Amino acid sequence: MSGTLVGRWLDSDFIYSFRKSWIAMGSALVVFVVLVGAVFAHQLAPHNPFDLASLDLMDSFKPPAFAADGDLSFPLGTDDQGRDILSGIMYGTRISLLVAVLAIMFSLIVGLSVGLVAGYLGGAVDAVLMRIVDVQLTFPAILIALLVDGVVRAVVPQNMQERLQLYVIVFAIGISLWPQFARTVRGSTMIERNRDYVMAARIIGLSGPRIVLTHILPNVLGPIFVIATLNLGIAIIAEATLSFLGVGLPPTEPSLGTLIRIGNNFLFSGEWWITIFPGVTLALMVLAINLLGDWLRDALNPRLR
Amino acid sequence: MFAFIVSRILQAIPVLLIVGFISFAMFAFVGDPVTVMLGQDYTEAQRVALVAQLGLDKPFFVQYGNFVWRALHGDFGMSYRLARPVGGLIAERLPATLELALSAALLAVAIGVPMGVFTGIRRNAVLSRLFMLFSLVGVSLPTFLIGILLILFFAVQLGWLPSFGRGEVVQFQHWSTGFLTSSGRRALILPAITLGLFQMTLILRLVRSEMLEVMRSDYIKFARARGISQRSIHFRHALGNTLVPVITIVGLQLGGLIAFSIVTETVFQWPGMGLLLVQSIGVADIPVMSAYLLLIALVFVTINLAVDLLYFTVDPRLRSGGKR
Repeated sequence: MSGTLVGRWLDSDFIYSFRKSWIAMGSALVVFVVLVGAVFAHQLAPHNPFDLASLDLMDSFKPPAFAADGDLSFPLGTDDQGRDILSGIMYGTRISLLVAVLAIMFSLIVGLSVGLVAGYLGGAVDAVLMRIVDVQLTFPAILIALLVDGVVRAVVPQNMQERLQLYVIVFAIGISLWPQFARTVRGSTMIERNRDYVMAARIIGLSGPRIVLTHILPNVLGPIFVIATLNLGIAIIAEATLSFLGVGLPPTEPSLGTLIRIGNNFLFSGEWWITIFPGVTLALMVLAINLLGDWLRDALNPRLR
Repeated sequence: MFAFIVSRILQAIPVLLIVGFISFAMFAFVGDPVTVMLGQDYTEAQRVALVAQLGLDKPFFVQYGNFVWRALHGDFGMSYRLARPVGGLIAERLPATLELALSAALLAVAIGVPMGVFTGIRRNAVLSRLFMLFSLVGVSLPTFLIGILLILFFAVQLGWLPSFGRGEVVQFQHWSTGFLTSSGRRALILPAITLGLFQMTLILRLVRSEMLEVMRSDYIKFARARGISQRSIHFRHALGNTLVPVITIVGLQLGGLIAFSIVTETVFQWPGMGLLLVQSIGVADIPVMSAYLLLIALVFVTINLAVDLLYFTVDPRLRSGGKR
């Protein structure tokens, strides 16, 4: 096998360290299961929680299937409207992941651009941009996201709000996370800028943007993936927190956070499953992503081998 | 040391000015306070009068100047939602948030530091592994979920502790405290644990890694050779040297505590600033938001300054003017 590209990859240190770490493999399994459940929610979910015709109020508040009066067709029970909790979680995870991934991509693009510009140009531009980064890093990301969300809400007209809310959340979380990317990229750009190959590119007369995009960019991407993985967990929690606070995604597009918030209303009347199962899903997913990110950081760091 | 303090204060001013500007821009340009405050029926004369009263007809820089001037006097305008002065609203709710954040911080230090010392000294003990597992869970669980779980067990299932509100409070002038009544103290327990858990795990991990580092150093070996008791080595020689990073993190996290109390306050319906902010964001109540932003910035800058000053008391090398 070793010889083909796939064979060489399977033989690499990276895969070796993955197979040595049961934590990494376990986390990858959890992430895989959650991912499949979320991406193929429409095909795999036992019910469609958005199909009003299929809902039956007679099914409401059914406890999980393992409880005494549970119903096998609703494995994790139902909520007040008779919606299946498991299906709700699958659809909700899909939305949570979508928002988190989009937000990370957004903050990555902003952070990457700012970092490249600041690192390559240096001087006053660098000083100003990094000062902004410093100021923003003084505040917790969730607070920034909350305030940005609030301001954008005030700007967006009332009748558009529900439709645009997903993008508002993506924007708010993205804005709250970009400084870390910017700082890392700027650091590695400053190192790359003085390398001989950049000098060579300059001598043959390539333009600044061209050098940055085609020569420096590929060389600063490595650490970014680790930060992106670690920040994905933060973004998922941020989205869930905003939705839980009631300023995130509306009940028409329920994410895990929205489900937990809705379920929270029934905590006192004993219907714990409505809020606990989405909560456990969220916690497991974030834990697995964090462990995977930690492992990735160590595995990609040659000094730790 | 004086020069150091002055330079830190000078560094803080631009931060406050930038945040103040953002806060003003929010106040001035986002949403339309006039239509919000007038409601459905109004005459043109009423509108013009209100615009003049709010100073919205003045040039931009005059408005900014007025904004800063009023903010310095504690006047942040009227809340759109409650039609009451924002300054008073926040002052009313400040004690609840501060008491909660302080309790959470004390809890986090009081439990996190001993746990960190223990796991640092006996890194392979079963209890140490349990503590580390606990810290991993603490980092990965979102704050609101911790709160919900605590409510489910201690309030709903066991019925031991209240699940919302502050209990009875005692009023001193402008300060209301829940520390003095038994219902106030009971109501504080669950929110304080919820808010403090994340910081607790952070402190635990930090103290542990610092202790592991310090215990390997020569002066600890030397102290052992001198026959100093284990207790004294662990707590005086080793722990003392782990304190600088711990103070930094605890100090900086105190600001984080106030910010994260937004979530905790919502879960427990704790009548503090965070709950006020969330309710205001829901209806885009800009004056409250901009005042909160300014206040939080002030808190963060003050905390950073206080942390810098604390270094001097903890690290003697700084006092003698030596370089770190």
